[in-house]
Amino acid sequence: MSVVTLTIDEKIVSAQEGQTLLDVARENAIDIPTLCHLDGVSEAAACRLCLVEVVGTSRLLPACVTRAAEGMVVHTTTPKLVEYRRMILELFFTERNHVCSVCVANSACELQALAASQGMIHVRLDYLHPHLPVDTSHQQFGIDHNRCILCTRCVRACDEIEGAHTWDVAGRGIHSRVITDLAQPWGEATSCTSCGKCVQACPTGALFRQGSTVAEMQKDREQLAFLVRARKEKQWIS
Amino acid sequence: MDRSELNDLAQRERASWKPARLHCCTASGCLATGAEGVFKAMKQAITDKGLTDRVQAVGVGCLGLCGRGPLVQLAPQGPLFEQVSAEQAPSMVGAAVGESPHAAILDTAHPFFSSQLKIVCETSGEIDSERIEEYLALGGYRALHMALTEMTPAEVVQTISQSGLRGRGGAGYPTGLKWATVAKMPPGPKYVVCNGDEGDPGAFMDRSVMESDPHRVLEGMAIAGYAVGATQGFIYVRAEYPLAVERLRKAINQAKKLGVLGSGVFETPFDFRVDVRIGAGAFVCGEETALMASIEGRRGSPRPRPPYPAEMGLWDRPTLINNVETFANVPTILRKGADWFASIGTEKSKGTKVFSLTGKVRNTGLVEVPMGTSLRHIVEVMGGGVEGGSVKAVQTGGPSGGCIPAEFLDTSVDYESLAQLGSIMGSGGMIVMDQTTNMVEVARFFMEFCMDESCGKCIPCRVGTVQMHRLLSKIAEGKATSTDLALLEQLVPMVSETSLCGLGQTAPNPVKSTLRYFRHEYEERLRPMTSTNGRVPLPLRLA
Ligand SMILES: Cc1cc2nc3c(=O)[nH]c(=O)nc-3n(C[C@H](O)[C@H](O)[C@H](O)COP(=O)(O)O)c2cc1C
Ligand code: SF4
Ligand code: SF4
Ligand code: FES
Repeated sequence: MSVVTLTIDEKIVSAQEGQTLLDVARENAIDIPTLCHLDGVSEAAACRLCLVEVVGTSRLLPACVTRAAEGMVVHTTTPKLVEYRRMILELFFTERNHVCSVCVANSACELQALAASQGMIHVRLDYLHPHLPVDTSHQQFGIDHNRCILCTRCVRACDEIEGAHTWDVAGRGIHSRVITDLAQPWGEATSCTSCGKCVQACPTGALFRQGSTVAEMQKDREQLAFLVRARKEKQWIS
Repeated sequence: MDRSELNDLAQRERASWKPARLHCCTASGCLATGAEGVFKAMKQAITDKGLTDRVQAVGVGCLGLCGRGPLVQLAPQGPLFEQVSAEQAPSMVGAAVGESPHAAILDTAHPFFSSQLKIVCETSGEIDSERIEEYLALGGYRALHMALTEMTPAEVVQTISQSGLRGRGGAGYPTGLKWATVAKMPPGPKYVVCNGDEGDPGAFMDRSVMESDPHRVLEGMAIAGYAVGATQGFIYVRAEYPLAVERLRKAINQAKKLGVLGSGVFETPFDFRVDVRIGAGAFVCGEETALMASIEGRRGSPRPRPPYPAEMGLWDRPTLINNVETFANVPTILRKGADWFASIGTEKSKGTKVFSLTGKVRNTGLVEVPMGTSLRHIVEVMGGGVEGGSVKAVQTGGPSGGCIPAEFLDTSVDYESLAQLGSIMGSGGMIVMDQTTNMVEVARFFMEFCMDESCGKCIPCRVGTVQMHRLLSKIAEGKATSTDLALLEQLVPMVSETSLCGLGQTAPNPVKSTLRYFRHEYEERLRPMTSTNGRVPLPLRLA
């Protein structure tokens, strides 16, 4: 396997060929914000927060799927990127209903944390506030579609790690939503094994364990990556 | 079938043609205005008049001037009748034997017809769209035979490269280069895909080609299959085009029966099968990665590229994907040579382009013109301009394109010139707008389209189009302030630079181009800012 050398934010770093820019950056303690990325599952490249500038390319490239190459010069926090990330976060906040003070995931939410770290202090666009259902038909878990950001981490975790493929996306555009089985109530979705991986995968308070109240829904997102690594490398201690 | 059998068949077919042929357009445009009744009545009239050995009625493909259908042409070289009715059928049959007809005749010397140069539509309107024999009679499948028996795959790729053909699906990527890339991928299963999704509002070129001349598309695909080393082709058509689907299926069956598709094409070792895949009519399924996901039976949403389909396409195998019109050019390029094709058009845009001319223009329909023709010639001379008014702008490229104001009508139609004006060639929709058109409404219309058609995978397009649509509505309704316009202008570059696929990346284009040329129309609809109607404009970045 060959090794390449590249520059990220003025720092010269080395990477294995085929490694993504996101991976390399994180190894080198360079922070690139992400939402749809989840260690252990495939990439969707849907949240666009990890976009970076690569010298010589006019297009912005998603760090989560762009491979490191020899001599690449990458900038992760140009004024343009900072501005676009804030606008993307604004769009997320306007899309559904993200009132943190009454959310189970308050203080354990990736969206909330990103808004703070990226300096999104104000929403200038109209809130769309659609009326979406909360499904608590499952014995242990629930989904509040009002908090869902459609990152599809639950879909990928359920399909790729648990192998159940209970989750999928239905509808299109602004009417997209995640569904269980053939858009049945979760409690009637026979493919669901109640493993709870989707709940751990979810970056917001959309998927929660029933009985949690405001700010109680702490998630263990490392658990999934640990599982995947353990299976692949047959190594069960972290 | 070998060369002599092919020639025999073509000759026998030609010999069976009656001295006078009444070509009745049976493509969707004319069918919608009653062509089927006309066609039946003509057949009946031929029998009634006892002229079956002198006259024949043929259901042909699109004759071009769809706005004046049903169209009937007396061939060869006879008059072209417009807006014919079933009652007029006997009179047209009479015209075929020298009587004077009672039907309105179109002037085929009019620039609408005379300025056209037909390569893609060469045999459209000349032959029965549902019989392979008629396509063979006019030289069909010769190019495929020639490629298989006289050329190596590399030579075919070389010819296409030399011709300068570029993709007609929108982006204008060099076709030869794409073929060469797929051809160079290691051997193993490869696929050829024909993109017949055609989702742009107002565009119907590809439908017309598939309905009028399905064999031309199949021949182009088979040649491509030989060139890149693929043995399976898929042609992806939207369900809204039932006639195209029916004719393609019929064509595939006929071609298989004659041995020009299937295993051992023309008795050579080359196998090539084609299957039709039907899309449910989502605009995004025209995007190549979404289209392939759809063919595989998955949800039609795009994925990031690279890897490009040429490297990793259908079922992760190298896949060549081209537009219908791109494939339809191929047989003629092979027959007439790369140099001939390259002599048509401009330096960087070769050959012809089919446009569907619609909107506030006198003559609506399909035109095929050499690249480099000016917009003015197409719209004002061929299209006859605007009835009782003047052109304000021409929209090209559909929801991904832009509006070109009247002062730039002398621009030549080629990929680069249109891009320079902030529009694109696109797949060939051309919508003419007159002075009564409100450009903010135009931008809102296309934004609504993109908003409805967004697949919802990535956030800038899923929510950004909704927010831009809201702002446009607010401006159109006179409820917006300069803060709203400023917000809109921030969303435009952000959505185009951050969206995952071409749909989101180009969705702001109509806004961008109308703002560029018709900014005053936005500004005159704004309300003055007061302390109560506008949100306080905050600086975007923290100090
Ligand atoms: C949203 C979207 C819709 C598209 N729709 C079509 C279409 O309807 N037909 C088409 O040929 N190409 C369409 N394309 C372009 C295809 O992705 C692809 O580039 C094209 O089929 C390649 O063929 P070509 O090289 O022959 O142009 C679309 C692209 C996008 C982003
Ligand atoms: S439920 Fe959670 S994990 Fe699933 S798509 Fe929505 S936000 Fe993402
Ligand atoms: S840009 Fe729009 S259509 Fe394309 S992937 Fe994103 S949401 Fe889907
Ligand atoms: S993490 Fe790369 S696009 Fe979401």
